[in-house]
Amino acid sequence: MKEKKFDVAIIGGGVVGAAIARKLSSYDIAAVLLEKECDVSFGVSKANSGIIHGGFHHGPGYLKSRLEVQGNRMFDQLEEELHFPFKRCGIVVAAFSEEEMKTVQQLYRNGEANKIIGLELCNRARILELEPKLNRDVVGGLYAPAGGIIEPYRFVFSLVESAVKNGVKLLTDFEVVSAQRSNDHYEIRSSTGDIIFSKWVINAAGLFADRVSSVFGAEEFRIIPRKGEEFLLGRDSSSRPEHVIFPVPGAVSKGILVIPTVEGTTMIGPTAREQESKDDFSTTEENLNKVFSSARRLIPSLSQREIITSFAGLRPALKGGDFYIGISGQQPGFIQVAGIQSPGLTAVPAIAEYVKDLLKKDGLVLTEKIDYDPSIPDLPRIRYSDNNEIDSLIKENPAFGRIVCRCESVSEAEIVAAVRNGHTTLDGVKFYTRAQMGKCQGGFCTDRIVKIISRETGMDIGSITKRGRGTYLARNRIGDFEVKDEYSRV
Amino acid sequence: MNTAEFDTLVIGGGASGMAAALSAAEEGWKVVIVEREEFLGGILHQCIHNGFGLHYFKEELTGPEYAERFSDMVESSKITVYLNMTIMDIMKEGDGLTVYGLSMDPGMVRFKVRAVVFANGCRERNRGNIGIPGTRPSGVFTAGLAQRLVNLEGFVPGKECVIVGSGDIGLIMARRMSWIGANVKAVVEIQPNPAGLTRNIVQCLNDFDIPLYLSHVVGKIKGKERVEGVEVIPLENGIQQPEKMFSLECDTLLLAVGLVPDNELARKIGVELNQETGGPVVDSRLMTAIEGVFACGNLLHVHDLVDFVTEESSRCGKFVSEFLIGKRPEKQYRTNPGKNVKYIVPNYYEGARENVFYMRTLIVKNNAILSVKVKGTEIYRKKLRHIQPSEMIQFSLKEEDFKLIKDKGVMEVSIE
Ligand SMILES: Cc1cc2nc3c(=O)[nH]c(=O)nc-3n(C[C@H](O)[C@H](O)[C@H](O)COP(=O)(O)OP(=O)(O)OC[C@H]3O[C@@H](n4cnc5c(N)ncnc54)[C@H](O)[C@@H]3O)c2cc1C
Ligand SMILES: Cc1cc2nc3c(=O)[nH]c(=O)nc-3n(C[C@H](O)[C@H](O)[C@H](O)COP(=O)(O)OP(=O)(O)OC[C@H]3O[C@@H](n4cnc5c(N)ncnc54)[C@H](O)[C@@H]3O)c2cc1C
Repeated sequence: MKEKKFDVAIIGGGVVGAAIARKLSSYDIAAVLLEKECDVSFGVSKANSGIIHGGFHHGPGYLKSRLEVQGNRMFDQLEEELHFPFKRCGIVVAAFSEEEMKTVQQLYRNGEANKIIGLELCNRARILELEPKLNRDVVGGLYAPAGGIIEPYRFVFSLVESAVKNGVKLLTDFEVVSAQRSNDHYEIRSSTGDIIFSKWVINAAGLFADRVSSVFGAEEFRIIPRKGEEFLLGRDSSSRPEHVIFPVPGAVSKGILVIPTVEGTTMIGPTAREQESKDDFSTTEENLNKVFSSARRLIPSLSQREIITSFAGLRPALKGGDFYIGISGQQPGFIQVAGIQSPGLTAVPAIAEYVKDLLKKDGLVLTEKIDYDPSIPDLPRIRYSDNNEIDSLIKENPAFGRIVCRCESVSEAEIVAAVRNGHTTLDGVKFYTRAQMGKCQGGFCTDRIVKIISRETGMDIGSITKRGRGTYLARNRIGDFEVKDEYSRV
Repeated sequence: MNTAEFDTLVIGGGASGMAAALSAAEEGWKVVIVEREEFLGGILHQCIHNGFGLHYFKEELTGPEYAERFSDMVESSKITVYLNMTIMDIMKEGDGLTVYGLSMDPGMVRFKVRAVVFANGCRERNRGNIGIPGTRPSGVFTAGLAQRLVNLEGFVPGKECVIVGSGDIGLIMARRMSWIGANVKAVVEIQPNPAGLTRNIVQCLNDFDIPLYLSHVVGKIKGKERVEGVEVIPLENGIQQPEKMFSLECDTLLLAVGLVPDNELARKIGVELNQETGGPVVDSRLMTAIEGVFACGNLLHVHDLVDFVTEESSRCGKFVSEFLIGKRPEKQYRTNPGKNVKYIVPNYYEGARENVFYMRTLIVKNNAILSVKVKGTEIYRKKLRHIQPSEMIQFSLKEEDFKLIKDKGVMEVSIE
């Protein structure tokens, strides 16, 4: 079968794989994006802080730092083409002692070395003017106006939508479990026995990049998951800052931040602790308390009462802490994109360029597509529209007139768009639309969404899941279970 | 955009909205109810159990039956009803109010009205609100969502079930799950006393041999894909005893951890909220500090019995009517919760008429005394056979009760 032969197979539908796929979709080659989960962005890329970093945490000695700086600059154009929520709200680093101010000065020098524009060292008055909600004990800090925030999953969805629009094939539920080299290509097999062929392979498997590398007999390394727990406060928090607020960083992590998300909520976190397991995403009360006491050092008015939900993500870290991007020295046509921990999200547009150049260097001929279209349609959303706009939206499509998620004002038309875009799980719909993400966390709309998914896809309600395999919602109907005689109703 | 004019608009067509609309319409006003569902009745629809209407109709009805009594009355009245329409926005404009409703047909509607009644009910607290740590599998439902899945869609949320919270909703869902063949392993309650009615403890737990763990919390949710179990931790003197933790295997966790007024819209127009109830602060005539904006039912404060919702909301309709003819209350004074009282609604009283109050206590007690004082002088005293936080207390003060005081002022209500 012809469509099973590709020039490039990208393993991993996270932000890294998605950005590479989109980059490659602008060239006349056949590319496929392979993802083991039932939707893209269900890995590390869904659970992070969503910050477009400011390029001052490390000097240019690190690859990740160079790519971060370059990636940051590319976001305005990406937003124009792909319409994901993005805002250059700026970053403020708050120092609470002269000791900490010294570190801030080092950050400033890092930024200068990285040629960051607009970076500013601030005295106490200036920092409080920028961010009046800060703890009055602040002594000064750093201001990086180029820093920003995005909705990471929407970013991935847009990248993938754009890639697919320009001809990349997306295969979900395709977990790469084995591979064989013959002649000039790899035969790649999934856990369910599906096979595709590809000349080049890109390992963008996030937490599982070490496993994928060994499946291909390439370099041995170990991804060390580092957990980050995050807590989310509701939309109207009075403690929401204007900028992303950082403490002065420690040795291993950037510390506990206060983040005004693009969509109006406030996020606090992340913690940083290495662990063995790649699928332990649990949160603990102990860390909740720790996170809050750290965050309150920055903004004292933050209240635990405003928490609407919490989650954890795992950073796919490598020893040494830098990204590992390069052509494999052990297997032909195999490119490693591993250890993409923070600032992965920020760096990703630059990573895609970098990987494209590696492919070229490795012999892949890249001719630009004449009909490449970098833009995808901007789906109207009720919460971004005023009353007159909403009225005309409804005239065009009445489904904009039915509110499904009341907390985030998501209409049926938006849910349908998500489903038609291939997001057929509750989490997929959630990341695409924000339905279930508000105050009531799906208490009101879950059953409504399930019915729409079922209607649009023909799936039986019992087979609809939260996020694929095993995460069923309610697969039995009344009457399926035997009822003890003495319990049955008269 | 379509525009419509009414004397008063009622947000929500549940028990509360219907009662308020009916009593305002009785006085001849042009009233519209806007309801986002395709039927009137609100939360009553999913409450297919008995126990509604004992006070109001003196008979025991199911939720849908109770709703139908009122929706029939609405139908045969002159009230205009918009179903499938969600109120999105409300603002003060000129000396009236402008309200925006969203629907598929006729699209967006701009209502110009003189008064608005918030009767849009409450929503459930969820996992995030109580911060249960652990993993994020499927199989964690709020009890109300589970109730809708079972009663309206015919689905069984799961086979092995643990319920958090012993309020009436938790208890009723324990029985409901047993009736459909699920195994309810436990009801876990953080307080030392059950939160629900005694009759529900007997009929919903004891009759089904369901253990009730008082002074216990769910400390952790386990399971990667679907819920696999929970860790339950006992409390001693309010402090968790982790070494006494035990695990329960289950595939489903129902959270019945309380309701909160759905106050987002009220907040939008700038209504002040009561920290204790989560609903708007209202004066003796159930009007908020914003002229012409009223509140009643579960949106004002969470009620346990629909009969009281109806009573309060009918009164609200009358107050709206008085407002529309231009009657304004005489001087009003604050009502303050005193000793052992969680809250009292309304937040003001006036001296020259009958005032009805709803309140909740913080304690469990037999033979308690409710005492009302104005500036230290007791003006009312009532014996209560049994009180507990989950059972709302109602009392009223007549015009003559206030005659006792010459010098009116803040009223304090306490319980001993
Ligand atoms: C708590 C936290 C906060 C962060 N905050 C920020 C931030 O603010 N700013 C920033 O720039 N970065 C941040 N990061 C880093 C950023 O999230 C990551 O760098 C980025 O998401 C990594 O993307 P990825 O595509 O490599 O990984 P993933 O998103 O995990 O993608 C890899 C994909 O590969 C799939 N896969 C794995 N194995 C296979 C297989 N065998 N076959 C098929 N598919 C497979 C997985 O299912 C997954 O979808 C944060 C990270 C964490 C954990
Ligand atoms: C599970 C459960 C069990 C109960 N059991 C009993 C019992 O056994 N006995 C008893 O007497 N009482 C019981 N009650 C209590 C009683 O039924 C409720 O308190 C009462 O029905 C609430 O009425 P309401 O009108 O205030 O709220 P709701 O019934 O919630 O009505 C609010 C209405 O407003 C609509 N709405 C909300 N926002 C908007 C908007 N923006 N635009 C348009 N419409 C909107 C909603 O769709 C809803 O229809 C129970 C309650 C629950 C939740």
